[in-house]
Amino acid sequence: MFTIQEIIETIKMVQEENLDIRTITMGISLLECAHENNKIACTKIYDKITRLASRLVPVGEELEREFGIPIVNKRISVTPVSLIAGASSLEDYLPYALTMERAAEEVGVNFIGGFSALVHKGYTEGDRRLINSIPQALAETERVCASVNVATTKTGINMDAVFHMGRVIKETAELTADRDGLGCAKLVVFANVPEDNPFMAGAFHGVGEPECVINTGVSGPGVVKKAVERVGDGDFGLLAETIKKTAFKITRMGELVGREAARRLNVPFGIVDISLAPTPAVGDSVAEILEAMGLERCGSHGTTAALALLNDAVKKGGAMASSYVGGLSGAFIPVSEDEGMIRAASEGALSLEKLEAMTSVCSVGLDMIAVPGDTPVETIAAIIADEAAIGVVNQKTTAVRIIPAFGKTVGDYVEFGGLLGRAPVMAVNKFSAEDFIKRGGRIPAPVNSLGN
Amino acid sequence: MVNKNEESGSRVIISVLGQDRVGIIAGVSQILSEHNINILDISQTIMQGIFTMIMIIDMEKSSIDFARLKGLLQQKGEEMGLRIDAQHEKVFRYMHRI
Repeated sequence: MFTIQEIIETIKMVQEENLDIRTITMGISLLECAHENNKIACTKIYDKITRLASRLVPVGEELEREFGIPIVNKRISVTPVSLIAGASSLEDYLPYALTMERAAEEVGVNFIGGFSALVHKGYTEGDRRLINSIPQALAETERVCASVNVATTKTGINMDAVFHMGRVIKETAELTADRDGLGCAKLVVFANVPEDNPFMAGAFHGVGEPECVINTGVSGPGVVKKAVERVGDGDFGLLAETIKKTAFKITRMGELVGREAARRLNVPFGIVDISLAPTPAVGDSVAEILEAMGLERCGSHGTTAALALLNDAVKKGGAMASSYVGGLSGAFIPVSEDEGMIRAASEGALSLEKLEAMTSVCSVGLDMIAVPGDTPVETIAAIIADEAAIGVVNQKTTAVRIIPAFGKTVGDYVEFGGLLGRAPVMAVNKFSAEDFIKRGGRIPAPVNSLGN
Repeated sequence: MVNKNEESGSRVIISVLGQDRVGIIAGVSQILSEHNINILDISQTIMQGIFTMIMIIDMEKSSIDFARLKGLLQQKGEEMGLRIDAQHEKVFRYMHRI
């Protein structure tokens, strides 16, 4: 049986340290919904999503009650819509986004991901139309999330797509300027995108995935932070060991909830994403874990090393705890969603350049970063290109979720509320990358031997 | 050995936290016996000045479902000024046993 200490430890994790299951995400294949008549396609999409996901939210709430662990979000990811919508001759894919929105609303999920295209080597006609439809789609929906993969290690970086996404991000920010550029918080540009990621805004249901699947994402920075604090001034071995054990316990909850949800919904269980996902809640911060390790502020010298240790220990513990680990699986460092990151950025401890370095040792990338509204399109594209290069060369996922804050400049804040939080507008390098970005074409895939 | 009840997930852990007072066990036990729920184990201690009681119960023959029991316990907790919760035993097994 269990000792009282074990039981209290679990209860405390939930009550005091913000342990929760961040998301149960149902992946749904829409491949069969493609149709040359877009109205028929949309009807099929709506019917399929609402049929398969009808019990997702009730089952999530049932598990929450029985296990006594909050399941913060129930979400849906679908096949990249460019693959489905490409069958029709429709130029503007907004109707597909509105259909996703209606279906999500009907089943009661707060986000639906998959308004996506994979263009790391080139565009299909459907990809081009989808990407052009993103700004309007994100402005006119609340729940729909979009993502575009512009690079992989095997194909290199599609710089035409990178430049295109720079323009799309700028346009999305403009169309949602009255909401501080909220549209951009629902848009991720990826390199090496995983096909089974349960976290928004980058989730979609890859073509190698089954008909329907349940993936889960855990949270738990608060739990890790408390554990790190208990290590005191112990050495790095003890620190890593403690984080590893804590990550194991956290991930076990994701495994349990994922398996139970899949069983009750009668769909296969996919993966647990072992990412440490922060929230704006006090104490639920990845930055504060790094600070608990001994850094005065996240962003100081030493931050990249501390994050590397954290990320690796979380993976080691998490991999042991779950039979199938997937998705992004690393520590997240979104600025707006993490109180410690917000503080570090506001106080000038954390710069965009340091964040970029940090993304080379963790998932997922420059996430929820607000930049001045007058940042040129080419600079945004160049930021994406840098991030993609880190991902492609290091054979890992990287992403950019950046918000040009219209009418705002360094020192101002953008406010989204809820899990998306708020972000200080950060300075970007003033020198131009225009001529570089405008070259066009692809950056070739890197050589994978000669690995220095 | 994993016995049948562990497998079927009918085991539940009730946790009571708060200020010690007369009638805590009686209050909780009464709810359980009224609904044909068997108590497998009880332990209690004072942790960091807080009264802590853990009960392991088996709901296999229970006359009410889990949600109803949880509601009754929470109501009792409010009456007595305590935090009373019920969670499936699986949560603890997954977290603390390899």
